[in-house]
Amino acid sequence: MPIVMDADRVGRSLTRIAHEILERNRGADNLALIGIRARGVPLAERLAANLKTAGGQDVPTGSLDITLYRDDLMKHQVGPQPILRCTDIPFSIDGRTILLVDDVLYTGRTIRAALDALIDFGRPNAIQLVVLVDRGHRELPIRADYVGRNVPTSRQQSVQVRLLEIDGRDEVEVDEVEGAS
Amino acid sequence: MTAATKLRSRHLLGIAELDPDEIELILDTAVAMKEIGTRTIKKVPALRGRTVVNLFFEASTRTRLSFELAEKRLSADTMGITVAGSSVTKGETLADTARTLEAMSPDLIVIRHAASGSPHLLSTICKAGIVNAGDGTHEHPTQALLDALTMRERKGRLAGLKVAIVGDLLHSRVLRSNVLLLTKMGAEVRACGPATLIPLGLKALGVHVTTSIDEAVKDADVVMMLRVQHERMHGLFLPSLREYFSLFGLTPARLEHAASNVIVMHPGPMNRGVEIDSAVADGPWSVILDQVANGVAVRMAVLYLLAGEELT
Amino acid sequence: MAHATDAYVLKGGRVVDPRAGRDGHFDIRIENGLVAAIGKDLPLDDARVVEVPAGFVSTPGLIDMHVHLREPGQEHKETIATGTWSAVVGGFTGVACMPNTDPVNDSASVTQFILKRAAEAGFARVYPIGAVSLGSMGDQMTEMGDLRAAGCVAFTDDGKPVATALLMRRALEYAGMFDVPIIEHCEDPSLKGDGVAHEGAVAAMLGLRGIPGVAESIMAERDISLAEVTGGRIHVAHMSARQTMRAVRDGKSRGVRVTCEVAPHHFTLTDEALKDGAGYNTNLKMNPPLREEADRLAMIEGLRDGSVDIISTDHAPHHADEKALEFDRAPFGIVGLETCVPLCLDRLVHAGVISLSRLVELLSSNPASLLKIPGGTIAVGAPADLTVLAPDAPVTVRTAALVSKSKNSPFDAWQLRGATAATIVGGRVLYANPAVADAARFVAT
Ligand SMILES: [Zn+2]
Repeated sequence: MPIVMDADRVGRSLTRIAHEILERNRGADNLALIGIRARGVPLAERLAANLKTAGGQDVPTGSLDITLYRDDLMKHQVGPQPILRCTDIPFSIDGRTILLVDDVLYTGRTIRAALDALIDFGRPNAIQLVVLVDRGHRELPIRADYVGRNVPTSRQQSVQVRLLEIDGRDEVEVDEVEGAS
Repeated sequence: MTAATKLRSRHLLGIAELDPDEIELILDTAVAMKEIGTRTIKKVPALRGRTVVNLFFEASTRTRLSFELAEKRLSADTMGITVAGSSVTKGETLADTARTLEAMSPDLIVIRHAASGSPHLLSTICKAGIVNAGDGTHEHPTQALLDALTMRERKGRLAGLKVAIVGDLLHSRVLRSNVLLLTKMGAEVRACGPATLIPLGLKALGVHVTTSIDEAVKDADVVMMLRVQHERMHGLFLPSLREYFSLFGLTPARLEHAASNVIVMHPGPMNRGVEIDSAVADGPWSVILDQVANGVAVRMAVLYLLAGEELT
Repeated sequence: MAHATDAYVLKGGRVVDPRAGRDGHFDIRIENGLVAAIGKDLPLDDARVVEVPAGFVSTPGLIDMHVHLREPGQEHKETIATGTWSAVVGGFTGVACMPNTDPVNDSASVTQFILKRAAEAGFARVYPIGAVSLGSMGDQMTEMGDLRAAGCVAFTDDGKPVATALLMRRALEYAGMFDVPIIEHCEDPSLKGDGVAHEGAVAAMLGLRGIPGVAESIMAERDISLAEVTGGRIHVAHMSARQTMRAVRDGKSRGVRVTCEVAPHHFTLTDEALKDGAGYNTNLKMNPPLREEADRLAMIEGLRDGSVDIISTDHAPHHADEKALEFDRAPFGIVGLETCVPLCLDRLVHAGVISLSRLVELLSSNPASLLKIPGGTIAVGAPADLTVLAPDAPVTVRTAALVSKSKNSPFDAWQLRGATAATIVGGRVLYANPAVADAARFVAT
């Protein structure tokens, strides 16, 4: 069970991504961050802090729960609904460039759901995708604009992102999951 | 945050069947649902392709509209069946109606019926999940849940709240569901009404029962007024509307003895000047419109949580 | 006429017959449908011998004095044939049937019809009970003399109470001429109102309209007072409330000619059962309703101390479609003939409440005495109506397997100890319980 990113590496990745964001968007004007629950939210908040440090500007930050947009929501034959958390986007997304933030990019289905949800909130100028880890195996034509680290994995593996705010420490671990599919 | 991650039953027949952590789950889910109502596009695809039947045997515009809105906001396909008249009309039995509906393979059936236990009967016949939207004088669980959500929003908690419930305690399904919910969640409930309208066994539920509204309202954080139905207002239950208002009507003067930031609730529709003075209904204490908004969110939460339980 | 082949001897089994003062092992010789002899080691001659299995108990035939046979008029619920067969399967050799049929048994022609149908069926004996008032409407008294002559053994407006105190007074006086009891369904209509369940904590929580216990006792007190002043005989049917038990005890202690009966569901169940499963099981809806534990215990105490005279079932069949309704709309009543013996043996005898001998009084001797009908004891020269019990046989109630036309019983899947092994009416073994080991011996091969 190797640790593929430690705290230091997570921190440096987020700093680098903040700079890439400022570079690509020529500053922080008209940007907004929206983290996908659960671990996209603290990542978005950290990016906001980094953007403030690097560009001197406050970037509005929101959180998005995509549960109600998941394409597998009603596919479960048995079992509970995913627990619904609050979506909190305290600004208009109309005309803004939205930085959508998540921890791991895998099949792309979560991002598809997030894009559907965002469109219900308004019409942004552009949506850019930020992920801490891209582990491959896409099932939809989606790619990230900013990636902390590309981690090649097999489908039998699981990728655990742990963040200080939720898990008490920062690290990314790849596990072998037996019999997983 | 909450211990429960799902509801144990695939039906919502009453508060009696719910555990405190399930109540918390519904309320927390409702908080998230409430945000959807603040969006420009107040709709999510969660129940896309799901069929919900609203089976109303009693005229109840508010509850029916609230459920319909909740279903539409979740993108469910809905069918409304309003059966004119009451349960005593001859003809097709509830069991027959249920079997007919079953042929349309609904995922959920929302039922309002004048006979206590009708949703329970339906649950023994239908494969669909059953949501009780009010059965006779038994329960009205989504009303109690929306009341609880309103109290929690306004007071930050349910445990330890002093809640006075005043009115026709005997015939009120709102009372039953609220008493069950509030006592499960650790609130202190005082129930007040005329002696002719107090059911036996209410005390056994850990409720303080009184015929004095002043005693019930004293230091209360929440005062919930129950609707008094006109057909009970004469004959052997009560001598007159006038006397009812003088003994049990909620007035600003009576509210002075409540806690300083008391809120006043009413499940609606109100009888102004019968159980509640207009000055109270329209006053700063009133959270009656919050209750309506929370009704949609709570019903979205219930439908969402039950839809996931379809085949378990 | 007596052919030896008609004769058989029940050999060696325990016989419990309290009226005859008999509880021990005896042989019973049955010849031409009559009891020919009873004693120790009877000569067998050439009679067929039935070795009574160890543990079986022969008793005078059981009599259920409160049965709704539904015929004429409601044959979709039960007929005289299906009801009397249900009685036989339940161990009863005789039943008294209530007059609330359609038409009401308020004339000799209806009584004669019932007796004719019963004879055609040839199962349990049927003792019709006539109405107190025409159509049981509470206005005009029936021709009780005529009804008595046609075969009625008591009068009642069961289904509802005798409407007015005046009518009850006159009925007690008039029926007194024939020394026939008035059986009363005790219920104050205004207190009962449109109630559907016992008024108590359970009904309050289930949102069901209540019927208070005093609705029953107030009417019983009226009737006991009237029996006291008229000298008539009042019998309180299907007693359910502790207040009624007290009223009956008081009446008895004052020497009033009052008797009472209790149905098995009122000493085995309480309103708590309404909460079981999904709740609102309409097979738990009966009138009087299942009451609370204090009432159930009062019934048990009355059975124990002798204040209760009779156990009867209030067998009230209803079609499944009629019961598959909202609780408010479903009709009152449950079937009881086939579950009575197991419930009584398990919950009263094995539970140590009463002796087997006392049970035979409650189910046989006392109803026979009250109605002044044959039976209630095993007497030489009398028709051989006998019930053979297997008090230790395990029983699992299966409502689907009841032979009654209706299956509206709340006792499905109950596991009880004590069964009817065989039912003998007029010397003929009409029923041998296939679920009881060795019961087949009673059937001539
Ligand atoms: Zn009766």
